[in-house]
Amino acid sequence: MILEPVLTSAPDWAVRHAAVLVVVVPMLLAPLLALSPSNRLAWILTVAGTAAAFWFSLILLAIIQEVPGSAISYALGNWEPPIGIEFRVDALNAMILVLITGMGALASFIAWPTLAAEFKGERLNLLLCAFLLCFAGLAGVAATGDAFNLFVFLEVSSLATYVLVAMGAGKDRRALPAAFSYLVMGTLGASFYVIGIGLLYAATGTLNMADIAEQMPGLSGNRSVQAGLAFILVGLGLKAAMWPLHQWLPNAYAYAPGFVSMFLSATATKVALYSLIRWLFTIFQPDRAFESAVLQWVLAPLAMAAMVICSVQAIFQTDVRRMLAYSSVAQVGYILLAISVGTAAGVSAGLLHLFTHALMKGALFMAVAGICFAYQGSTIRDFAGLGRSAPFTMAAFAIAGLSLIGVPLTAGFISKLQLGYALLDQGWWWAAVVLVFASFLSVIYIGRVLQAVFFEPPLNPRKNNKEAPLLLLIPLWILALVNIFYGIDAGFPAGLAADGAAAALGLGAAQ
Amino acid sequence: MWDIILERGSYWAIIAVMMIGLYIAFSAENLIKRLVGLSLFQTTICLFYVKLANVANATAPVLLAEDMPKDAYGGEGVAELVHVYSNPLPHVLMLTAIVVGVATLSLGLALIVRINESYGTIEADEIYASDVKVQMAEDADAARTSGEVVR
Repeated sequence: MILEPVLTSAPDWAVRHAAVLVVVVPMLLAPLLALSPSNRLAWILTVAGTAAAFWFSLILLAIIQEVPGSAISYALGNWEPPIGIEFRVDALNAMILVLITGMGALASFIAWPTLAAEFKGERLNLLLCAFLLCFAGLAGVAATGDAFNLFVFLEVSSLATYVLVAMGAGKDRRALPAAFSYLVMGTLGASFYVIGIGLLYAATGTLNMADIAEQMPGLSGNRSVQAGLAFILVGLGLKAAMWPLHQWLPNAYAYAPGFVSMFLSATATKVALYSLIRWLFTIFQPDRAFESAVLQWVLAPLAMAAMVICSVQAIFQTDVRRMLAYSSVAQVGYILLAISVGTAAGVSAGLLHLFTHALMKGALFMAVAGICFAYQGSTIRDFAGLGRSAPFTMAAFAIAGLSLIGVPLTAGFISKLQLGYALLDQGWWWAAVVLVFASFLSVIYIGRVLQAVFFEPPLNPRKNNKEAPLLLLIPLWILALVNIFYGIDAGFPAGLAADGAAAALGLGAAQ
Repeated sequence: MWDIILERGSYWAIIAVMMIGLYIAFSAENLIKRLVGLSLFQTTICLFYVKLANVANATAPVLLAEDMPKDAYGGEGVAELVHVYSNPLPHVLMLTAIVVGVATLSLGLALIVRINESYGTIEADEIYASDVKVQMAEDADAARTSGEVVR
């Protein structure tokens, strides 16, 4: 096993408390950052905090993988669950935690070069403080086993996200209305989720997710539970940018500072999708009539609509960041389609696509952040001819773009193949046809940019500028190479996804 | 029939106020009105939880002493109700939800201040119109420069 050295080298306290430290460390560092006298110190602390969280989540993953099908239960304040709040980490949580903390560490790494240029002489420590709060909130959502605690963490991360998006206003004032509409929509989503929790509490009398799941079989056909499912689905769907609840996303991603849109695209919707999987499969068992009807007649059509409509919208964008944002909504559609199959293979394919999509969209947004920094523009026109003046940045962009399309030998190909298999296993050939069609649309929108980058003469007046800064190129190439590596040997993420799906469906170990 | 509806009168009232809040949050052009609608919506969630916690003929969830005089607080029969109290957990949850609501409201107002500074208005349609104008200027600019390259 790859992760054994992580576990053997970790001190005892880290192993025992990793489940809570992954949230607490960044959360406690955040107020310290607000007091930090210098920007550089704040940035170093941010990198240290996110890297520590990444280390803790690797430890968690190593513990989980030691005993297949196990779960870590951490009673906060030593109050035993279900009375106290429980942090519960199984294979699914561990996978999501590794993903978000890893992407968060890379995002904090590129924060310095992009922000220092964007906010010359201003105090960055407060912005980084908001970033760490957002990071801690997302990690909390992924680690907690308490339904209401999940809402609190979701709001901690969302409130910090609104601030981060609004910070783009220094460059483009359209970031402010984007942040405001995100605030209204996001709050409505969280409120719907709370109503759903209330209805479930009325039926079960508990807030612990494992405890609710235990009581579910006795509540088959209970109207309160069904209404709760509907509210939770809409609430988390809003946070996950499920079509047609995605209206907040394109503007928020397009006008936020570069590293923020990179971080959000790789993590924010992913965490909401994780909680959706947790609710739909671990708590509401999908083999019951009402729940399976929701999957098949609500999720699947919306997912396919997202895949086609948002891909078409992406084709007509002039701004690369908006294009990538619409593409994100379409990719959320792929993941939801995989989930809506409802089988272990489907959920596993969805989780794999969630993982690879974070890798490729993270790389794409990172490359765009680098170009915004070096060339002060993000329209397709600004990208023309950059293949010559910034070959390294653009080569990584091209690799991630090909991965997004799903070209063989990239990570995106593997996950789309798994998704296709899962659909055909279930006999959903019509969904597989939509999958291929949507991939064809992504060839068009990525192809448009790549054509401008590599085959058009430069138009940007700053064409003499060179590459993106080195601090950004290193994480960018890490992501690009990981995209290729997982396209050749997908054993690690595929294993994570299969274990995660087995944990979500309560099947024990995958193999 | 009427019994079932009237018995849940408080829920109907909560749903009505909730829908009014939701409608305002969607339809108002003025951003502050939109926030007011959002706050209304969040507040009714608190009412919903408090109603959930209600237990018929119960007191507040306060620990009363065993030797409490019968007519304490002017109420009759308080002592008999020592062990019948409404569920305190939803109340506690709503304390957290109120904090979240306050944070959201203040952040929203701060954003509105910034929007007013840079746009000079807080009407959503006017903001949208000026954004469209900027976008069209940018697109026209793009078309002009790409035309130059072709020539």
